[in-house]
Amino acid sequence: MIKVAIVGAGPAGIAAADLLAAHGVAPVVIDEGRRPGGQIYRQPREGLALDIAALLGSEADNYRRTHATFAHLRDRVDYRPQTLAWGIEDRTLHTVCGTTAATLDFDALLLATGATDRTLPIQGWTLPGVFTLGGAQVLLKEHGCLIGRRIVFCGSSPLLYLAAKQCRAMGAEIVAVLDTTPFAAKVAAARDLMAVPGMFARGLGYIAALRRVGVALHDGVTLRAFEGARGVEAVRFRDRRGAEVTLRCDAVAFGFGLKPETQLAELAGAELRYDATFRQWLPHADADGRCGSNVYVAGDGATVGGAQAAALTGMLAGCALLDDFKIAVRGVDRPRLRRQVQRLRRFQRGLARAFAWPAGIMAELDDAVMVCRCEGIIAGELRAALRADFGPTEVNRLKAITRCGMGRCQGRFCGLAAVELTAQALNVPLENVGRLRMQPPVKPIPIAISS
Amino acid sequence: MSGRLIRAVAPSGAPVRFLIDGAEASACAGDSVLVAVLTARDALRQHEFSDTRRAGFCLMGACQDCWVWLADHSRVRACTTTIAEGMHVLTRAPQGAYQP
Repeated sequence: MIKVAIVGAGPAGIAAADLLAAHGVAPVVIDEGRRPGGQIYRQPREGLALDIAALLGSEADNYRRTHATFAHLRDRVDYRPQTLAWGIEDRTLHTVCGTTAATLDFDALLLATGATDRTLPIQGWTLPGVFTLGGAQVLLKEHGCLIGRRIVFCGSSPLLYLAAKQCRAMGAEIVAVLDTTPFAAKVAAARDLMAVPGMFARGLGYIAALRRVGVALHDGVTLRAFEGARGVEAVRFRDRRGAEVTLRCDAVAFGFGLKPETQLAELAGAELRYDATFRQWLPHADADGRCGSNVYVAGDGATVGGAQAAALTGMLAGCALLDDFKIAVRGVDRPRLRRQVQRLRRFQRGLARAFAWPAGIMAELDDAVMVCRCEGIIAGELRAALRADFGPTEVNRLKAITRCGMGRCQGRFCGLAAVELTAQALNVPLENVGRLRMQPPVKPIPIAISS
Repeated sequence: MSGRLIRAVAPSGAPVRFLIDGAEASACAGDSVLVAVLTARDALRQHEFSDTRRAGFCLMGACQDCWVWLADHSRVRACTTTIAEGMHVLTRAPQGAYQP
Protein backbone atom coordinates (compact mmCIF):
# COMPACT_ATOMS: atom_id res chain seq x y z
CA MET A 1 0.00 0.00 0.00
CA ILE A 2 1.19 3.51 -0.70
CA LYS A 3 2.27 5.56 2.27
CA VAL A 4 0.52 8.92 2.41
CA ALA A 5 1.20 11.67 4.93
CA ILE A 6 -1.32 14.48 5.35
CA VAL A 7 -0.28 17.54 7.33
CA GLY A 8 -3.24 19.39 8.85
CA ALA A 9 -6.60 18.26 10.19
CA GLY A 10 -8.75 21.21 9.21
CA PRO A 11 -11.46 20.99 6.54
CA ALA A 12 -8.95 20.34 3.72
CA GLY A 13 -6.96 17.65 5.52
CA ILE A 14 -10.07 15.88 6.77
CA ALA A 15 -11.74 15.88 3.34
CA ALA A 16 -8.56 14.53 1.74
CA ALA A 17 -8.17 11.82 4.39
CA ASP A 18 -11.81 10.82 3.95
CA LEU A 19 -11.47 10.49 0.21
CA LEU A 20 -8.25 8.48 0.45
CA ALA A 21 -9.66 6.16 3.13
CA ALA A 22 -12.72 5.53 0.95
CA HIS A 23 -10.31 4.28 -1.72
CA GLY A 24 -8.46 1.94 0.61
CA VAL A 25 -5.51 4.23 1.32
CA ALA A 26 -4.99 4.81 5.04
CA PRO A 27 -3.08 8.07 5.49
CA VAL A 28 -1.13 9.31 8.50
CA VAL A 29 -2.72 12.61 9.59
CA ILE A 30 -0.35 14.91 11.44
CA ASP A 31 -1.84 17.92 13.17
CA GLU A 32 -0.64 20.47 15.67
CA GLY A 33 -4.08 20.90 17.22
CA ARG A 34 -5.21 19.18 20.38
CA ARG A 35 -8.31 18.06 18.49
CA PRO A 36 -9.19 18.04 14.78
CA GLY A 37 -10.97 20.92 13.06
CA GLY A 38 -8.18 23.35 12.26
CA GLN A 39 -8.75 27.01 13.11
CA ILE A 40 -12.09 27.56 11.40
CA TYR A 41 -13.73 24.49 12.92
CA ARG A 42 -11.88 24.63 16.23
CA GLN A 43 -13.86 22.67 18.81
CA PRO A 44 -14.75 23.88 22.27
CA ARG A 45 -12.55 22.12 24.79
CA GLU A 46 -14.06 19.20 26.64
CA GLY A 47 -16.79 20.12 29.09
CA LEU A 48 -17.14 23.75 27.98
CA ALA A 49 -20.82 24.70 27.79
CA LEU A 50 -20.39 26.83 24.68
CA ASP A 51 -23.15 26.76 22.07
CA ILE A 52 -20.82 26.47 19.10
CA ALA A 53 -23.70 26.09 16.64
CA ALA A 54 -25.14 29.43 17.71
CA LEU A 55 -21.69 31.02 17.51
CA LEU A 56 -20.99 29.70 14.01
CA GLY A 57 -24.45 30.45 12.61
CA SER A 58 -24.66 29.49 8.96
CA GLU A 59 -21.32 27.65 9.17
CA ALA A 60 -22.66 25.30 11.86
CA ASP A 61 -23.76 22.63 9.38
CA ASN A 62 -20.32 22.51 7.78
CA TYR A 63 -18.75 22.35 11.23
CA ARG A 64 -20.92 19.39 12.21
CA ARG A 65 -20.35 17.61 8.89
CA THR A 66 -16.57 18.01 9.10
CA HIS A 67 -16.42 16.62 12.63
CA ALA A 68 -18.83 13.79 11.82
CA THR A 69 -16.61 12.87 8.87
CA PHE A 70 -13.58 12.79 11.10
CA ALA A 71 -15.30 10.75 13.82
CA HIS A 72 -16.27 8.20 11.19
CA LEU A 73 -12.71 8.23 9.86
CA ARG A 74 -10.87 8.11 13.16
CA ASP A 75 -10.19 4.35 13.22
CA ARG A 76 -9.13 4.15 9.61
CA VAL A 77 -6.34 6.73 9.72
CA ASP A 78 -3.19 7.07 11.83
CA TYR A 79 -4.12 10.36 13.54
CA ARG A 80 -1.30 12.13 15.38
CA PRO A 81 -2.54 15.23 17.21
CA GLN A 82 -0.31 17.82 18.92
CA THR A 83 2.41 16.84 16.48
CA LEU A 84 4.51 19.31 14.53
CA ALA A 85 5.88 18.44 11.09
CA TRP A 86 9.03 20.55 11.13
CA GLY A 87 11.15 19.37 8.22
CA ILE A 88 11.21 17.37 5.03
CA GLU A 89 14.14 15.47 3.59
CA ASP A 90 13.54 13.65 0.29
CA ARG A 91 10.61 11.34 1.14
CA THR A 92 10.88 11.65 4.89
CA LEU A 93 8.92 13.93 7.16
CA HIS A 94 10.41 14.96 10.50
CA THR A 95 7.94 15.34 13.34
CA VAL A 96 8.00 16.11 17.02
CA CYS A 97 5.31 15.56 19.63
CA GLY A 98 6.21 17.10 22.97
CA THR A 99 9.85 16.06 23.26
CA THR A 100 9.50 12.88 21.22
CA ALA A 101 10.86 13.02 17.70
CA ALA A 102 9.87 10.72 14.86
CA THR A 103 10.46 10.34 11.16
CA LEU A 104 7.83 9.30 8.70
CA ASP A 105 8.62 7.93 5.26
CA PHE A 106 6.04 8.73 2.63
CA ASP A 107 5.33 8.04 -1.03
CA ALA A 108 3.02 11.03 -1.27
CA LEU A 109 2.66 14.16 0.84
CA LEU A 110 -0.54 16.18 1.03
CA LEU A 111 -0.15 19.54 2.71
CA ALA A 112 -3.26 21.12 4.23
CA THR A 113 -1.46 23.53 6.52
CA GLY A 114 -4.01 26.36 6.54
CA ALA A 115 -3.27 30.01 7.11
CA THR A 116 -2.69 32.59 9.81
CA ASP A 117 -3.71 36.21 10.03
CA ARG A 118 -1.80 38.60 7.83
CA THR A 119 -0.73 41.54 9.96
CA LEU A 120 1.49 44.55 9.62
CA PRO A 121 3.47 46.59 12.10
CA ILE A 122 1.60 49.48 13.68
CA GLN A 123 2.82 51.57 16.59
CA GLY A 124 1.86 49.66 19.76
CA TRP A 125 1.04 46.34 18.08
CA THR A 126 3.12 44.43 20.64
CA LEU A 127 1.10 45.81 23.59
CA PRO A 128 -0.71 43.25 25.75
CA GLY A 129 -4.35 43.22 24.63
CA VAL A 130 -3.61 43.48 20.91
CA PHE A 131 -4.39 40.15 19.26
CA THR A 132 -4.97 38.89 15.76
CA LEU A 133 -8.52 38.67 14.50
CA GLY A 134 -8.30 34.90 14.03
CA GLY A 135 -6.77 34.63 17.50
CA ALA A 136 -9.76 36.36 19.04
CA GLN A 137 -12.01 33.84 17.29
CA VAL A 138 -10.14 30.66 18.23
CA LEU A 139 -9.91 31.81 21.85
CA LEU A 140 -13.68 32.18 21.88
CA LYS A 141 -14.34 28.86 20.14
CA GLU A 142 -11.95 26.72 22.15
CA HIS A 143 -11.99 28.36 25.59
CA GLY A 144 -15.13 30.51 25.60
CA CYS A 145 -12.92 33.52 26.43
CA LEU A 146 -13.07 37.09 25.13
CA ILE A 147 -9.88 39.09 24.55
CA GLY A 148 -11.34 41.95 26.61
CA ARG A 149 -14.50 43.78 27.60
CA ARG A 150 -14.35 46.71 25.19
CA ILE A 151 -12.88 45.68 21.86
CA VAL A 152 -11.90 47.58 18.71
CA PHE A 153 -11.85 45.44 15.56
CA CYS A 154 -9.57 46.88 12.91
CA GLY A 155 -7.61 46.16 9.75
CA SER A 156 -9.23 45.01 6.58
CA SER A 157 -10.89 41.65 6.37
CA PRO A 158 -14.37 40.18 5.99
CA LEU A 159 -13.66 38.48 9.32
CA LEU A 160 -13.76 41.87 11.08
CA TYR A 161 -17.54 41.89 10.95
CA LEU A 162 -18.03 38.21 11.70
CA ALA A 163 -15.63 38.24 14.66
CA ALA A 164 -17.20 41.44 16.02
CA LYS A 165 -20.65 39.90 15.76
CA GLN A 166 -19.48 36.73 17.53
CA CYS A 167 -17.75 38.62 20.36
CA ARG A 168 -20.77 40.86 20.82
CA ALA A 169 -23.05 37.84 21.04
CA MET A 170 -20.82 36.54 23.84
CA GLY A 171 -21.06 39.75 25.83
CA ALA A 172 -18.27 42.04 24.64
CA GLU A 173 -18.81 45.71 23.91
CA ILE A 174 -17.75 46.44 20.34
CA VAL A 175 -16.28 49.94 20.48
CA ALA A 176 -15.95 50.18 16.69
CA VAL A 177 -15.03 48.30 13.53
CA LEU A 178 -12.35 50.17 11.59
CA ASP A 179 -11.81 49.04 8.02
CA THR A 180 -8.83 50.52 6.19
CA THR A 181 -10.26 49.86 2.72
CA PRO A 182 -12.54 52.56 1.29
CA PHE A 183 -16.13 51.71 0.44
CA ALA A 184 -15.48 52.36 -3.27
CA ALA A 185 -13.16 49.33 -3.38
CA LYS A 186 -16.02 47.15 -2.16
CA VAL A 187 -18.32 48.41 -4.88
CA ALA A 188 -15.60 47.74 -7.46
CA ALA A 189 -15.20 44.18 -6.19
CA ALA A 190 -18.94 43.44 -6.22
CA ARG A 191 -18.82 41.67 -9.58
CA ASP A 192 -16.37 39.03 -8.31
CA LEU A 193 -18.19 38.81 -5.00
CA MET A 194 -21.36 37.95 -6.91
CA ALA A 195 -19.63 34.71 -8.00
CA VAL A 196 -21.01 33.31 -4.72
CA PRO A 197 -24.15 35.35 -4.06
CA GLY A 198 -25.04 33.50 -0.85
CA MET A 199 -21.73 34.31 0.83
CA PHE A 200 -21.85 37.90 -0.40
CA ALA A 201 -25.32 38.30 1.10
CA ARG A 202 -24.20 36.75 4.39
CA GLY A 203 -21.29 39.17 4.63
CA LEU A 204 -23.55 42.14 4.00
CA GLY A 205 -25.87 40.69 6.64
CA TYR A 206 -23.10 40.77 9.29
CA ILE A 207 -22.45 44.43 8.52
CA ALA A 208 -26.15 45.29 8.62
CA ALA A 209 -26.60 43.43 11.91
CA LEU A 210 -23.79 45.39 13.58
CA ARG A 211 -25.11 48.67 12.21
CA ARG A 212 -28.61 47.85 13.49
CA VAL A 213 -27.38 47.52 17.05
CA GLY A 214 -25.50 50.79 16.81
CA VAL A 215 -21.89 49.61 16.47
CA ALA A 216 -19.73 52.36 14.92
CA LEU A 217 -18.45 51.19 11.53
CA HIS A 218 -15.79 53.19 9.70
CA ASP A 219 -14.22 52.47 6.33
CA GLY A 220 -11.34 54.07 4.51
CA VAL A 221 -9.51 54.76 7.77
CA THR A 222 -5.75 54.93 8.36
CA LEU A 223 -4.62 53.18 11.52
CA ARG A 224 -2.12 55.37 13.39
CA ALA A 225 -1.39 53.67 16.71
CA PHE A 226 -2.44 51.33 19.45
CA GLU A 227 -1.81 53.32 22.60
CA GLY A 228 -1.30 52.44 26.25
CA ALA A 229 1.35 52.03 28.92
CA ARG A 230 1.20 48.47 30.26
CA GLY A 231 -1.47 47.28 27.86
CA VAL A 232 -3.62 48.66 25.06
CA GLU A 233 -5.91 51.50 26.19
CA ALA A 234 -6.86 53.20 22.93
CA VAL A 235 -6.75 53.07 19.14
CA ARG A 236 -5.85 56.20 17.23
CA PHE A 237 -6.81 56.49 13.57
CA ARG A 238 -7.51 58.99 10.80
CA ASP A 239 -11.04 58.72 9.50
CA ARG A 240 -11.88 58.91 5.81
CA ARG A 241 -12.23 62.69 6.00
CA GLY A 242 -8.77 63.02 7.51
CA ALA A 243 -9.81 63.76 11.11
CA GLU A 244 -7.72 62.19 13.87
CA VAL A 245 -9.88 60.07 16.22
CA THR A 246 -8.96 58.23 19.44
CA LEU A 247 -11.19 55.48 20.81
CA ARG A 248 -10.70 54.01 24.26
CA CYS A 249 -10.76 50.23 24.61
CA ASP A 250 -9.12 47.38 26.54
CA ALA A 251 -8.52 45.03 23.61
CA VAL A 252 -7.83 45.14 19.88
CA ALA A 253 -8.37 42.43 17.28
CA PHE A 254 -6.68 43.18 13.99
CA GLY A 255 -5.78 41.55 10.72
CA PHE A 256 -5.57 42.07 6.98
CA GLY A 257 -6.87 38.87 5.49
CA LEU A 258 -4.95 35.64 5.71
CA LYS A 259 -1.44 34.45 4.97
CA PRO A 260 -1.06 30.83 3.80
CA GLU A 261 1.34 28.62 5.75
CA THR A 262 3.57 27.73 2.80
CA GLN A 263 6.70 26.73 4.70
CA LEU A 264 6.39 22.96 4.31
CA ALA A 265 5.36 23.26 0.64
CA GLU A 266 8.55 25.23 0.06
CA LEU A 267 10.65 22.60 1.85
CA ALA A 268 8.92 19.90 -0.23
CA GLY A 269 10.16 21.59 -3.37
CA ALA A 270 7.13 23.58 -4.50
CA GLU A 271 7.85 26.68 -6.51
CA LEU A 272 6.51 29.81 -4.84
CA ARG A 273 5.18 32.46 -7.18
CA TYR A 274 4.16 36.03 -6.52
CA ASP A 275 0.43 36.68 -6.70
CA ALA A 276 -0.41 40.30 -7.44
CA THR A 277 -3.98 40.14 -6.08
CA PHE A 278 -3.00 38.72 -2.69
CA ARG A 279 0.38 40.50 -2.71
CA GLN A 280 2.11 37.39 -1.43
CA TRP A 281 3.93 34.28 -2.64
CA LEU A 282 1.91 31.10 -3.11
CA PRO A 283 2.86 27.53 -4.04
CA HIS A 284 2.50 27.03 -7.76
CA ALA A 285 0.11 24.12 -8.28
CA ASP A 286 -2.13 22.76 -11.01
CA ALA A 287 -5.93 22.99 -10.74
CA ASP A 288 -6.02 19.88 -8.53
CA GLY A 289 -3.20 20.88 -6.17
CA ARG A 290 -0.16 19.08 -7.61
CA CYS A 291 2.85 21.22 -6.70
CA GLY A 292 5.74 18.81 -7.11
CA SER A 293 6.56 15.18 -7.54
CA ASN A 294 3.92 13.41 -5.41
CA VAL A 295 3.42 16.57 -3.37
CA TYR A 296 -0.01 18.17 -3.17
CA VAL A 297 -1.43 21.30 -1.54
CA ALA A 298 -5.02 21.95 -0.52
CA GLY A 299 -7.05 24.47 1.44
CA ASP A 300 -5.97 27.91 2.59
CA GLY A 301 -2.35 26.74 2.72
CA ALA A 302 -2.47 26.52 -1.09
CA THR A 303 -4.29 29.78 -1.67
CA VAL A 304 -6.81 31.52 0.52
CA GLY A 305 -10.25 30.27 -0.46
CA GLY A 306 -12.21 29.72 2.74
CA ALA A 307 -13.47 26.58 4.48
CA GLN A 308 -15.73 25.34 1.69
CA ALA A 309 -13.01 25.64 -0.92
CA ALA A 310 -10.65 23.94 1.53
CA ALA A 311 -12.81 20.81 1.72
CA LEU A 312 -13.30 20.73 -2.06
CA THR A 313 -9.60 21.24 -2.81
CA GLY A 314 -8.80 18.54 -0.25
CA MET A 315 -10.91 16.14 -2.28
CA LEU A 316 -9.38 17.26 -5.57
CA ALA A 317 -5.86 16.85 -4.23
CA GLY A 318 -6.77 13.41 -2.92
CA CYS A 319 -8.09 12.46 -6.38
CA ALA A 320 -4.93 13.75 -8.05
CA LEU A 321 -2.85 11.66 -5.66
CA LEU A 322 -4.89 8.53 -6.44
CA ASP A 323 -4.53 9.21 -10.18
CA ASP A 324 -0.77 9.51 -9.85
CA PHE A 325 -0.61 6.13 -8.12
CA LYS A 326 -2.93 4.51 -10.68
CA ILE A 327 -5.76 3.96 -8.24
CA ALA A 328 -9.15 4.38 -9.93
CA VAL A 329 -11.21 7.22 -8.44
CA ARG A 330 -14.87 6.37 -7.88
CA GLY A 331 -17.87 8.53 -7.15
CA VAL A 332 -16.35 11.99 -7.51
CA ASP A 333 -17.61 14.50 -10.07
CA ARG A 334 -14.34 16.31 -10.55
CA PRO A 335 -15.41 18.80 -13.24
CA ARG A 336 -18.14 19.94 -10.89
CA LEU A 337 -15.73 20.26 -7.94
CA ARG A 338 -13.32 22.27 -10.07
CA ARG A 339 -16.09 24.63 -11.15
CA GLN A 340 -17.14 25.17 -7.53
CA VAL A 341 -13.55 25.82 -6.47
CA GLN A 342 -13.10 28.26 -9.32
CA ARG A 343 -16.18 30.18 -8.22
CA LEU A 344 -15.12 30.24 -4.57
CA ARG A 345 -11.63 31.42 -5.47
CA ARG A 346 -13.01 34.13 -7.70
CA PHE A 347 -15.04 35.25 -4.70
CA GLN A 348 -11.86 35.30 -2.57
CA ARG A 349 -10.10 37.43 -5.18
CA GLY A 350 -13.03 39.81 -4.89
CA LEU A 351 -12.56 39.82 -1.13
CA ALA A 352 -8.84 40.52 -1.53
CA ARG A 353 -9.77 43.72 -3.38
CA ALA A 354 -12.72 44.65 -1.17
CA PHE A 355 -10.49 44.21 1.91
CA ALA A 356 -7.11 45.23 0.57
CA TRP A 357 -3.67 45.14 2.13
CA PRO A 358 -2.91 48.82 2.90
CA ALA A 359 0.46 48.88 1.17
CA GLY A 360 0.83 52.66 1.50
CA ILE A 361 0.70 52.60 5.29
CA MET A 362 4.25 51.24 5.42
CA ALA A 363 5.66 54.45 3.92
CA GLU A 364 4.24 56.34 6.92
CA LEU A 365 5.56 53.84 9.45
CA ASP A 366 7.55 55.60 12.17
CA ASP A 367 11.20 54.54 12.49
CA ALA A 368 10.67 53.61 16.14
CA VAL A 369 7.99 50.99 15.46
CA MET A 370 9.02 47.38 16.02
CA VAL A 371 8.69 45.41 12.78
CA CYS A 372 10.08 42.06 13.96
CA ARG A 373 8.28 41.17 17.18
CA CYS A 374 10.55 38.22 17.94
CA GLU A 375 13.93 39.88 17.66
CA GLY A 376 12.77 43.39 18.51
CA ILE A 377 13.97 45.03 15.27
CA ILE A 378 12.56 48.49 14.54
CA ALA A 379 11.72 50.06 11.17
CA GLY A 380 14.58 52.56 11.51
CA GLU A 381 17.15 49.74 11.71
CA LEU A 382 15.75 48.21 8.53
CA ARG A 383 15.73 51.51 6.70
CA ALA A 384 19.28 52.29 7.81
CA ALA A 385 20.47 48.91 6.52
CA LEU A 386 18.66 49.48 3.24
CA ARG A 387 20.18 52.97 2.81
CA ALA A 388 23.74 51.87 3.51
CA ASP A 389 26.33 51.72 0.70
CA PHE A 390 26.15 48.33 -0.98
CA GLY A 391 23.06 47.66 1.10
CA PRO A 392 20.74 44.70 0.51
CA THR A 393 18.79 44.52 -2.72
CA GLU A 394 16.58 41.66 -1.62
CA VAL A 395 14.90 40.70 1.60
CA ASN A 396 16.98 37.67 2.65
CA ARG A 397 20.10 39.83 2.69
CA LEU A 398 18.21 42.35 4.81
CA LYS A 399 17.37 39.52 7.22
CA ALA A 400 21.02 38.45 7.42
CA ILE A 401 22.13 41.99 8.25
CA THR A 402 19.38 43.00 10.67
CA ARG A 403 18.01 39.69 12.09
CA CYS A 404 14.50 40.77 11.02
CA GLY A 405 12.67 37.50 10.33
CA MET A 406 15.30 35.39 12.06
CA GLY A 407 13.38 34.88 15.29
CA ARG A 408 11.07 32.20 16.56
CA CYS A 409 8.23 32.89 14.13
CA GLN A 410 10.64 32.73 11.18
CA GLY A 411 9.22 35.80 9.51
CA ARG A 412 5.58 34.73 9.56
CA PHE A 413 4.51 38.05 11.07
CA CYS A 414 7.19 40.46 9.84
CA GLY A 415 8.19 38.98 6.48
CA LEU A 416 5.66 40.79 4.34
CA ALA A 417 6.35 44.09 6.12
CA ALA A 418 10.09 43.63 5.52
CA VAL A 419 9.34 43.02 1.84
CA GLU A 420 7.20 46.18 1.62
CA LEU A 421 9.88 48.30 3.34
CA THR A 422 12.58 46.92 1.06
CA ALA A 423 10.55 47.55 -2.10
CA GLN A 424 9.84 51.11 -0.94
CA ALA A 425 13.46 51.85 -0.05
CA LEU A 426 14.70 50.53 -3.38
CA ASN A 427 11.73 51.93 -5.29
CA VAL A 428 11.10 48.67 -7.14
CA PRO A 429 8.01 46.44 -7.45
CA LEU A 430 7.31 44.10 -4.53
CA GLU A 431 8.05 40.90 -6.45
CA ASN A 432 11.57 42.10 -7.26
CA VAL A 433 12.80 42.04 -3.66
CA GLY A 434 11.85 38.39 -3.11
CA ARG A 435 10.46 36.69 -0.03
CA LEU A 436 12.01 35.28 3.09
CA ARG A 437 13.23 31.76 2.29
CA MET A 438 12.28 28.98 4.67
CA GLN A 439 14.48 26.41 6.29
CA PRO A 440 13.79 23.68 8.84
CA PRO A 441 12.67 23.65 11.56
CA VAL A 442 9.60 25.58 10.43
CA LYS A 443 8.69 26.20 14.08
CA PRO A 444 10.77 25.99 17.27
CA ILE A 445 11.64 22.47 18.40
CA PRO A 446 13.31 21.47 21.68
CA ILE A 447 17.07 21.03 21.55
CA ALA A 448 16.73 17.87 23.66
CA ILE A 449 14.42 15.47 21.91
CA SER A 450 14.28 11.72 22.15
CA SER A 451 13.12 9.18 19.64
CA MET B 1 -3.85 42.51 39.37
CA SER B 2 -6.91 41.70 37.32
CA GLY B 3 -7.07 39.39 34.36
CA ARG B 4 -6.96 40.42 30.75
CA LEU B 5 -9.13 37.67 29.26
CA ILE B 6 -12.80 37.40 30.14
CA ARG B 7 -14.52 34.06 30.55
CA ALA B 8 -17.73 34.47 28.56
CA VAL B 9 -18.69 30.88 29.30
CA ALA B 10 -18.19 29.56 32.83
CA PRO B 11 -15.74 26.66 32.62
CA SER B 12 -16.80 23.34 34.12
CA GLY B 13 -13.32 21.92 34.70
CA ALA B 14 -12.02 21.24 38.20
CA PRO B 15 -9.90 24.01 39.74
CA VAL B 16 -6.18 23.75 39.07
CA ARG B 17 -3.70 25.43 41.39
CA PHE B 18 -0.51 26.73 39.85
CA LEU B 19 2.10 29.45 40.43
CA ILE B 20 2.97 32.63 38.55
CA ASP B 21 6.38 33.97 39.63
CA GLY B 22 5.94 32.27 42.98
CA ALA B 23 2.45 33.62 43.64
CA GLU B 24 -0.46 31.23 43.90
CA ALA B 25 -3.07 31.34 41.16
CA SER B 26 -6.05 29.30 40.17
CA ALA B 27 -7.23 28.10 36.77
CA CYS B 28 -9.59 25.46 35.40
CA ALA B 29 -8.74 22.02 34.08
CA GLY B 30 -8.54 22.29 30.30
CA ASP B 31 -7.21 25.85 30.28
CA SER B 32 -4.15 26.53 28.19
CA VAL B 33 -1.24 28.08 30.07
CA LEU B 34 -2.08 31.31 28.23
CA VAL B 35 -5.71 31.29 29.36
CA ALA B 36 -4.70 30.31 32.89
CA VAL B 37 -2.22 33.19 33.24
CA LEU B 38 -4.19 35.83 31.33
CA THR B 39 -7.42 35.30 33.25
CA ALA B 40 -5.38 36.08 36.38
CA ARG B 41 -2.91 38.67 35.07
CA ASP B 42 -2.79 41.33 32.36
CA ALA B 43 0.39 40.10 30.65
CA LEU B 44 2.18 36.85 30.05
CA ARG B 45 5.84 37.62 29.88
CA GLN B 46 8.62 40.14 29.49
CA HIS B 47 10.15 40.24 25.99
CA GLU B 48 13.81 39.15 26.00
CA PHE B 49 15.18 41.83 23.69
CA SER B 50 13.20 44.93 24.57
CA ASP B 51 11.36 46.55 27.46
CA THR B 52 7.98 45.46 26.07
CA ARG B 53 5.55 43.16 27.85
CA ARG B 54 3.72 40.52 25.83
CA ALA B 55 0.43 38.69 26.17
CA GLY B 56 0.49 36.45 23.12
CA PHE B 57 -0.72 37.56 19.71
CA CYS B 58 -1.93 34.94 17.22
CA LEU B 59 -3.24 32.45 19.80
CA MET B 60 -2.83 29.59 17.31
CA GLY B 61 0.78 28.47 17.61
CA ALA B 62 2.18 30.53 14.74
CA CYS B 63 3.64 33.79 16.11
CA GLN B 64 5.61 32.16 18.98
CA ASP B 65 5.09 35.28 21.10
CA CYS B 66 3.78 33.38 24.12
CA TRP B 67 6.72 31.12 25.05
CA VAL B 68 7.14 31.24 28.82
CA TRP B 69 9.64 29.72 31.19
CA LEU B 70 8.75 27.18 33.84
CA ALA B 71 10.62 27.03 37.14
CA ASP B 72 12.34 23.79 36.09
CA HIS B 73 14.05 25.84 33.32
CA SER B 74 11.98 24.27 30.56
CA ARG B 75 9.96 26.44 28.20
CA VAL B 76 6.46 26.01 26.83
CA ARG B 77 4.35 27.73 24.20
CA ALA B 78 1.53 29.00 26.39
CA CYS B 79 -1.27 28.94 23.80
CA THR B 80 -0.82 25.26 22.93
CA THR B 81 0.16 23.83 26.33
CA THR B 82 -2.41 22.73 28.88
CA ILE B 83 -2.04 24.00 32.45
CA ALA B 84 -1.27 21.36 35.07
CA GLU B 85 -1.60 21.25 38.83
CA GLY B 86 1.49 22.72 40.48
CA MET B 87 2.97 24.16 37.28
CA HIS B 88 5.21 27.13 38.07
CA VAL B 89 5.12 29.73 35.27
CA LEU B 90 7.75 32.46 35.14
CA THR B 91 7.13 35.69 33.26
CA ARG B 92 10.85 36.32 32.76
CA ALA B 93 13.88 34.09 32.29
CA PRO B 94 15.04 32.44 35.53
CA GLN B 95 18.50 33.32 36.79
CA GLY B 96 21.18 31.07 35.39
CA ALA B 97 18.98 29.71 32.63
CA TYR B 98 20.32 29.39 29.13
CA GLN B 99 19.20 32.42 27.14
CA PRO B 100 17.30 33.26 25.06
